Amino acid sequence: MANAKELKQVLTGPIISNNPIALQILGVCSALAVTSKLETALVMSIALTAVTAFSNLFISMIRNHIPSSVRIIVQMTIIASLVIVVDQILQAYAYEVSKQLSVFVGLIITNCIVMGRAEAYAMKTPPMMSFMDGIGNGLGYGAILMAVGFVRELFGNGSLFGIEILKKVSEGGWYQPNGLLLLPPSAFFLIGALIWIIRTIKPEQVEAKG
Amino acid sequence: MASNKDSFGRTLFIVVGLCFICSIFVSAAAVLLRPTQEQNKLLDKQKYILEAAGLIDTSKGNVGKEQVLNTYNKYVEAKVVNLATGDWVQGIDANTFDTKSEARNPKTSFVPKNDVASVKRVANDQVVYLVRDDAGKLKTVILPIHGYGLWSTMYAFLAVSPDLNTVQSLIYYDFTGSGETPGLGGEVQNPKWIAKWTGKKLFDDQGNLAIKVTKNPAIASSQYGVDALSGATLTSNGVQHSLSFWLGNEGFARFIEKARNGGLS
Repeated sequence: MANAKELKQVLTGPIISNNPIALQILGVCSALAVTSKLETALVMSIALTAVTAFSNLFISMIRNHIPSSVRIIVQMTIIASLVIVVDQILQAYAYEVSKQLSVFVGLIITNCIVMGRAEAYAMKTPPMMSFMDGIGNGLGYGAILMAVGFVRELFGNGSLFGIEILKKVSEGGWYQPNGLLLLPPSAFFLIGALIWIIRTIKPEQVEAKG
Repeated sequence: MASNKDSFGRTLFIVVGLCFICSIFVSAAAVLLRPTQEQNKLLDKQKYILEAAGLIDTSKGNVGKEQVLNTYNKYVEAKVVNLATGDWVQGIDANTFDTKSEARNPKTSFVPKNDVASVKRVANDQVVYLVRDDAGKLKTVILPIHGYGLWSTMYAFLAVSPDLNTVQSLIYYDFTGSGETPGLGGEVQNPKWIAKWTGKKLFDDQGNLAIKVTKNPAIASSQYGVDALSGATLTSNGVQHSLSFWLGNEGFARFIEKARNGGLS
């Protein structure tokens, strides 16, 4: 069984040093779509963390029984079922947010992070560590989403979690919001900038030229 | 072991077993959570009814669940009306009446002859909402309408004054399918465009349908015209067609006629 140091590595590693979005460039599509507000970014991060953690757990539990010829389909079945369950729960308990997230909850199925972790980690690791790995990668995805969502909502709409921080000109204040930040392309620039910062601090992440 | 795991029988067994377990989970979630989801949908609909009636304003932040329920129960009365006769239908609980499933049933619906709004099938009975003020006096009549836009069927609440001619509001609340293009057709939900409807007249003095969604500024500034959405001609046409159909002979025309002659009191 894993020791505490290994556990910490699995949980916190994906946040900066092995971030699924910043280093592996996975799951970028949904990161562009749901980060115009912190609230949707947070709910999306939680949903993805739950799906990754539980899909890793279940896949790891049956990893020795999965026939290798159909393993991708077996993984997809488990992931898809979990996503439907998460979608149903959101519709029942967070209806407003689920309406805003609309199709993107369903698209967690196609998020490469979930599939990637299942195939690369859960297929050869015991269940508890796989579960933790799922949470760790969810946190890494969530960290980027929250960072991007923070900038986009604060400077695009002058608010955080819907609470007004910078008073907008249209409501008699002084702040002229940057409309570009509310559009998906702005997340490209922000994620690009984040990757740049992370790779400046940790030059070992830069791909070898060649 | 490894070769055994990959045998045909074993593979089939694992796949079938897994599908079975997953389907149990998925259907359990769907069945157990359905009541809460239905409640959310109903609440959402009530919210838009209140918005159409001008009783709440969702553009200024979220409105609480309690407030929606209390306001709705206090001021709004749902009633079922028969389109062909224009009379109230007694003995049906309008709050649980599901127009969409009625429309699918051939026994309780009809196919319109002049289907300008591409509604395909229309339920014989429809739910209308009567909104009263504190004194119990009728303030607003809300008619549910729908019709095809560019990409989707668009559902809306048309709020009219008790004269059934003056528009108070037109609130689009639901798109089935992919929805209208955000920023173009999606602008039917823009408060600025919705505000243009307030005070417009649906029918002219002869009682003919006169409301027009138009690009012609001369008509748009008259009391029978509303400026069309720029860049969204087909969605604007869809709005026009929805109004033409639902205010026409196969829509609420009988009801409107009877209501004007005192049928609402």
